[in-house]
Amino acid sequence: MFTVNKGRLAAVAAVAVGAVVALAGCASGDPLDSGSSGSGDSGTLVVGSQDYYSNEIVAEIYAQALEANGVTVDRQFKIGQREVYLPEIKGGAIDVFPEYTGSLLQALDSKAAGGTAAETYAELQDALPKGLSVLDMAAATDQNSWTVTQAFADKYKLTDIASLKNVTEPITVGGNSELETRPYGPTALKEKYGIETAGFKPVEDGGGPLTVKALVDNDIQLANIYTASPNIKSDNLVALQDPDGLFFPDNVVPVVSKKVDDRAAAVLNKVSAALSAEDLVSLNSESVNDQLSAEKIAAAWLKQANLF
Amino acid sequence: MNLFVDALNWILDPANYTGPGGISVRLVEHLGFTVVALLMASAIAIPCGFVIGHTGRGRGLAVATSGGLRAIPTLGLLTLVALWIGIGLGAPYVALTVLAIPPILAGAYTGFEAIDRAVIDSARSVGMSEAQIVRTVEIPLGLPLLIAGLRSATLQVVATATLAAYVADFGLGRFLFAGLKTRDYGEMLGGSILVILLAFALEGIFTVVQRLVVPRGVASGRLPVDRARSARPSPGMEPAITEGNH
Repeated sequence: MFTVNKGRLAAVAAVAVGAVVALAGCASGDPLDSGSSGSGDSGTLVVGSQDYYSNEIVAEIYAQALEANGVTVDRQFKIGQREVYLPEIKGGAIDVFPEYTGSLLQALDSKAAGGTAAETYAELQDALPKGLSVLDMAAATDQNSWTVTQAFADKYKLTDIASLKNVTEPITVGGNSELETRPYGPTALKEKYGIETAGFKPVEDGGGPLTVKALVDNDIQLANIYTASPNIKSDNLVALQDPDGLFFPDNVVPVVSKKVDDRAAAVLNKVSAALSAEDLVSLNSESVNDQLSAEKIAAAWLKQANLF
Repeated sequence: MNLFVDALNWILDPANYTGPGGISVRLVEHLGFTVVALLMASAIAIPCGFVIGHTGRGRGLAVATSGGLRAIPTLGLLTLVALWIGIGLGAPYVALTVLAIPPILAGAYTGFEAIDRAVIDSARSVGMSEAQIVRTVEIPLGLPLLIAGLRSATLQVVATATLAAYVADFGLGRFLFAGLKTRDYGEMLGGSILVILLAFALEGIFTVVQRLVVPRGVASGRLPVDRARSARPSPGMEPAITEGNH
C-alpha cells in the first residue's frame, strides 16, 4: 500500500514537473519573437536564412562580414521556406535575409513578367512591401532548372528545354509538390513547348540527394534541380538551357529592413560584388562533398576574397 | 477561424473527392499503407514478444532495442533508406515498420508477463505441454495487452504515414506537403483533419476489439479490480511496470 502511494506521488510529481517544463516552453515558444525582442538595441541586426544549406552559407557570410565591421549579429537560421519567413521579415523580426531575385519576385507577385536579371531586379524593387528593400545583387545565381542525366541528354540530343520534344519515351517529372503547380511546371512545358509528360513523382527534398538519386536511378527523367547544386557536376547531370526565360533569373540578393544603415549596406554590397556564380557552386560543394559547416565555409571564403 | 472554414470547405467540396489524386483515393491508400505496415511490424514483433514473454529471456535486450528503435527519427530513417533503395514506397514501409515494432513488441511480452504465475503453473501441473500453455493460456490471457500495443502502434503509424508522401505520390500526406508548399493552408489543415478522423475511426474499432478479446472469465474476474483501481492499465506503453508487483 505504502509503495503504491509512493508510486502515485512520484507520478504526480512527474506530471507536475512535465507541465511546468511544457509551460515554460510555451512562454518562450516563438523563437523569432525572443530573437527580435533581444535585439531591440539598435546595434544588433538579425540575420535569417532559409532551411536550405546554400542559403545558410550565404547568410553566414553576411553575418561574418557584418561582424568583421563591428556590427552585432543575431543569427536566426533555418527558418523554413519562403512561405514561413516572408511574414517575419515583413513584420520586422528579421533584418537581413539572403534571397533570390526571381523566386522572391514570383512569391510577391504571381503575375510578374520576369525577363533579364536586371529587369527582374527592377521589378522586384517595385514589388517589395513598404519598409523592405533589396541591396545590390550578386552575379551568383541559384535558379530553378529542368535537369536530366547526361546519358538521357546524349540519347535524345537535348540542349535546351524545347528539345525535350525529341524524347520518344514517357518522361516522368520529379520534384517538390509545388513544382506541379508552379508557372514553369509540367503544365507550362505542355502549353509552351507541346512537351507531354507522363506523370509527376513528388520528392520533397528540394532537388537534394533523393531527387538526384531518383534521376540517376531513372525513376524520374526530368527534375527541378538548382543550378548551383554541386550534384550537377558530380553526378553527370545536365541543366537544360532556358533561352526563353521560362525560369526567372535568381541572383542572390540581400533583403533588408530599415534597421540596416548605410554602413551595413555598404558591407553587404561589397560581399555581393565579390560573390560570383562559380563561387556559389564551390561553396555548395564544400558543404555537400566536404561536409564542412556553414561557419567554416563562410570564414574561408571571406578570407580568400580579402574584403575586410 | 477562417482557416478552419477553408479546411471544412475543402473537405466538403465533392470535387476534391474524385480523380487519381482525390480524397477518396488518398484515404484508401493511407489506410492500406497503415494496415500493411502494421502487418509487417506484427509479423516481426508478435512472435518475438511471445518468445520473450513465455521464456522470460531476452527481456532486457528487447527493452533496450525497442527503446532504441523508438528514438530513431522516422523522417531521418526514411531518407536514409530512400537514399539506399530509391524513391517509392519501399523506404516509407521500412521506416513505418520500425516505428510500429516497439509498442507491439511491448504489448506482446507484457501480455504474457502480466499473467499470474499461479495460472501458468496450474496449467503446467495438469499436464499441458509448453505449446499448449502458450496457445490456450498465455495468448488468450495476454491478448488484451497485445491489442493495446497494436492500438498504440496503429495511432502512431496512421499519423506518421503522412511521410510516405515525402518520396512517393501516395496517401493523405500529399495534401499536407502540397498545401504547405503552395500556401494552400485550407488543403493542408483539411488533410490533417482527415488523418485525425481516420485515427479516431481506427481507435473506435480497437476499443470494440479490445472489449471483445478479453476472455469472459478474465472479464468477470477483473471487473471489481478495475473499479477499485478506477483506471485500466493505460493502453500501450508500459503496462508491465504498473502491473509489476504481481
